[in-house]
Amino acid sequence: MLSEHPSYEELTRDFSWSIAEKELEYTPGDIINIGWHCSDRICQKGKADKIALYYEEFGGTRKQYTFNDIRLAGNTIGAFLRSQGIAEGDRVCLFMDRIPELYLSFLGILKMGAIVQPLFSAFGDESLFVRLENAETRAVITQKKHLSKVRKIRASLPGLEYVIIVDSIKPSELKPGEILFSLENAEPVEKFEIAPTRAETHSLLHYTSGTTGQPKGVKHVHYSIMSQYLTTKWVLDLRDDDIYWCTADPGWVTGTSYGIIGPWSLGVTQCVLDTGFSAQAWYRFIENYKITVWYSAPTAIRSLMKAGDELVKEFDLSSLRHLASVGEPLNSEAVIWSGRVFGKQFHDTFWQTETGSIMITNFPGMKIKPGSMGKTFPGITGAVLDPVTYTPIEEPGNAGLIAFRPGWPAMMRTYWRNEEKYREKFVNGWYLSGDRSSIDNEGYYWFIGRDDDVINTGGHLVSPFEVESALLEHPAVGESAVTSKPDEINMEVVKAFITLKPGFTTGPDLELEIMNFIRKKLSPLAMPQAVEFMESLPKTRSGKIMRRVLHAREWGEEIGDISTLEND
Amino acid sequence: MEENNLNEMKELIRNYVIKEYIDDDDTTITDETPLISSGYVDSFSMVSLLVFLENKFKIKIPPSKATPEAFDSVNNIVALVNQYLNK
Repeated sequence: MLSEHPSYEELTRDFSWSIAEKELEYTPGDIINIGWHCSDRICQKGKADKIALYYEEFGGTRKQYTFNDIRLAGNTIGAFLRSQGIAEGDRVCLFMDRIPELYLSFLGILKMGAIVQPLFSAFGDESLFVRLENAETRAVITQKKHLSKVRKIRASLPGLEYVIIVDSIKPSELKPGEILFSLENAEPVEKFEIAPTRAETHSLLHYTSGTTGQPKGVKHVHYSIMSQYLTTKWVLDLRDDDIYWCTADPGWVTGTSYGIIGPWSLGVTQCVLDTGFSAQAWYRFIENYKITVWYSAPTAIRSLMKAGDELVKEFDLSSLRHLASVGEPLNSEAVIWSGRVFGKQFHDTFWQTETGSIMITNFPGMKIKPGSMGKTFPGITGAVLDPVTYTPIEEPGNAGLIAFRPGWPAMMRTYWRNEEKYREKFVNGWYLSGDRSSIDNEGYYWFIGRDDDVINTGGHLVSPFEVESALLEHPAVGESAVTSKPDEINMEVVKAFITLKPGFTTGPDLELEIMNFIRKKLSPLAMPQAVEFMESLPKTRSGKIMRRVLHAREWGEEIGDISTLEND
Repeated sequence: MEENNLNEMKELIRNYVIKEYIDDDDTTITDETPLISSGYVDSFSMVSLLVFLENKFKIKIPPSKATPEAFDSVNNIVALVNQYLNK
């Protein structure tokens, strides 16, 4: 059963972000700290002994933490960082799997006033390097298993003063500047002076990929909690007795906005499963922990569909009461399938690293239109814009650029040291999302695709430019062009088109070598799932590679104007 | 398949997995170690493992058979490869 909130129409009519401010007991101008709000405040509300986190890793090892435990852990980590000389505003990178220390360090860093820079632990050394270099990161908190990647680039990062390892490593194995920190062995810090962060104090730096240039650091502030709190409460419909599971990794924004801040700011118990994907393991996890609210991604949902309906029947999933999805558009088949096998349809949501919180959603209680992203969250003014005039398209069903009027609390404040790129995201007072859709006559958004060449694979953005640049570092590659190709599970995956330097010959072994080269250098997401060797790449007469020609070919689309195509 | 060949195949696959996907020297990979469900090899990287198998053993594994379960251990992979050898 969904909670009985006022209707979407009522909430929209009476909306003000002051609703969140009031519920979080925040008065403008006060100190506001996400770390404190997600732990100390919940304890002060009488929930100190309530479970904040159920954690399970591969092999069945389980841990659990109360809100008082996470408060103490945040204090202890915050005090440790402060004792090392980490200062307010410093960037502290979390480069870890989904172990408890990741979630607890997140709170600790914010409590002591530094900026959290979460990075996906599967990133290769090149991806890690460009992000740490750009952010001028002062400390990395990591695990022994990821240390080799950090060590490989450390000498090139003079600003990286501390590498903190949170799990078992022998002190004799540490190199200069590496510090072992065991939360289990540290003396818990009961009283900790929270940094006097304000609404606009920077909190998080999430990196996202664009069509051109290096990844951009999206800067968020502590006030973002207002958006994350209210969207979690209304869209994910979390209430006090829920057991919640967000399957996203905190290396990405869903994993922090709705895998940490949202549920914990509401004082809700959440679960974390740190394993690879397996349909059986996921269903067993839901059954064992009696998960009630589940926020996942289309790629995972389609993988579960592939595992079959029969498997679902082997588990008792009756605890589930609300399902939601984010990452890339959720196809109507998946919505209908979930209604059939779980008795609940997934509610699709749309938002981005830059927006920081849910923008468009199939709001609970509202009619779900399978395949649609839903309507704008109360308080959000959205539109699809004409791509030429950048004015709203009034005619239902016509395609345009998804845009929002800025002003919600979780909106990014800028791109880290890239004000120019930030300004480019706004036209006529609209924030341009980079995605295209139409709006039907009932106000539902229907996703069409990206407005640029960025590849959305499994819900994660990959920059073709970044992959093309990395490909050129392979000794055999002369030229490269990267686009996407359709994929049943991940919506789209990376495909590389390559010409070879003289002396190299095509072949399956070289294809594999190139795939692994990118996987290790950038990430598994960026690895081309197919490599096509070509005699030459399509170019304009001025020599620019026409990526869109290759894209159109892969997707069976019209190639469009090729009058500038170079003739061989 | 003869036992010697089988062991050779297992060793070849195991060594490839360790070389390509395992960063931590202290991690032990046996023929039974779960690879996908444990997270040692993610679903994206599984594609490169598939390409390796197809190249090395000159086989073609249909996409419908390249499931996380079929790739979840060296033993499972060997069983999968054997289905397509000499076909």
